[in-house]
Amino acid sequence: MSEKNKVVTGPGPALAGLRDGMTVLAGGFGLCGNAEFCIAEIARLGPKHLTIISNNCGNQGQGLAVLLKQRQVDRVICSFIGGNPDLAEQYAAGQVKVELSPQGTLAERIRAGGAGIAGFYTPTGVGTLVAEGKETREIEGRRYLLEKPLRGDYAIVRAAVGDPDGNLRFYRTARAFNPLVAMAANVTVAEVDRLVGKGQLDPDDIHLPGVFVDYVFEAHEHENPIEFRTTRARP
Amino acid sequence: MSWSKEDMVRRAAAEIVDGQVVNLGIGMPTLVANHLGPERGVMLHSENGILGMGPFPFEGAVDPQVINAGKQTVTILPGGSVFDSALSFAMIRGGHIDLAILGGLEVAKNGDLANWTVPGKMTTGMGGAMDLAAGARRVVVLQTHAAKDGTPKLVDTLSLPPTALGCASRVITELGVFDPAGDHFRCVERAPGIEEAFIQQMTGAPVRFV
Repeated sequence: MSEKNKVVTGPGPALAGLRDGMTVLAGGFGLCGNAEFCIAEIARLGPKHLTIISNNCGNQGQGLAVLLKQRQVDRVICSFIGGNPDLAEQYAAGQVKVELSPQGTLAERIRAGGAGIAGFYTPTGVGTLVAEGKETREIEGRRYLLEKPLRGDYAIVRAAVGDPDGNLRFYRTARAFNPLVAMAANVTVAEVDRLVGKGQLDPDDIHLPGVFVDYVFEAHEHENPIEFRTTRARP
Repeated sequence: MSWSKEDMVRRAAAEIVDGQVVNLGIGMPTLVANHLGPERGVMLHSENGILGMGPFPFEGAVDPQVINAGKQTVTILPGGSVFDSALSFAMIRGGHIDLAILGGLEVAKNGDLANWTVPGKMTTGMGGAMDLAAGARRVVVLQTHAAKDGTPKLVDTLSLPPTALGCASRVITELGVFDPAGDHFRCVERAPGIEEAFIQQMTGAPVRFV
């Protein structure tokens, strides 16, 4: 069989090559859409001096914040620190370097990294602290900022459904950064709530083609923590 | 008498034209949604990846994987859609969001907005604020007129790091409605009983009244 078998039994075989000093991209938004089993495996394996690219790098002591607590992280590229006391404390203490990127710029930098784009001009951040040290250019009467792509060694991705070819389908707002980070890493690991057989996903229903995915495994009983459980009264 | 928070939120809701696509910032702007009945046909955008965001779910119907940008559990209305963050911000920067109502720390007379960080305080990061401020077709800022010690928050030039330059079309405060007009603020509405002289005293830049 010449076809690469992407299906693994769990995060262990998929993340075995993770080493000190590597860069890991993580999908999700806050604690929603996290590759919980991959994060737990990185915590167990214990590589240090990691760079994490993620919108939040965990929150409220959970998710990727576990790696911060274990002092496995040297550098974080993110858009938001609020609600993440571990990151705030280690950043304030100079233990972790933080590069803040506006959320849309972060998303597009990751997309560019996966799409072979060397940079892009965005209006976001012109005239702000984000523009420091970056080229600005006027194009058709408006000023733009040159932003460079982001890539990493590993991407950890959470999806609702996957198949043996690595095709993925996401669920609701658990999508966010997941399909983007999947495109931008040397090795992409997807943990899926449900692994279906080849051909079971309709081609039109695939959100991310398997070409971007190297390993896929099924994982059950995700915690899916809620940061703010807000409800309204029934009428 | 100056407007209550509730009055300000209601006044902000009046900025929305029926059928518009609107992004509401975290904090007070989020409350604007309470004043948008379904008859108005307003589509709410949440930058983590929802167009057609609905109200908070009923108890017992909470889905941990349906959240807004403030990480609160929400719902998705019929006709709503979900998408990734790159597409979400393409909507914002690409001019597909008609209006963003954002919180503010300072607005300058030329429309410069500061709302993401205060030097010397731990930053939370800008999240999507810079993209929204730079990208939405119209930006309305909902904020208090002055700090508790009376320091104006409608100013001549920003003292805080900007979020975006020249982006704010309108500021709604407890004292009234103000449009940055280059070298002054144009006061287009005053809260009941608020004198022009008091507004000028509380504002860090010239105010002209209509």
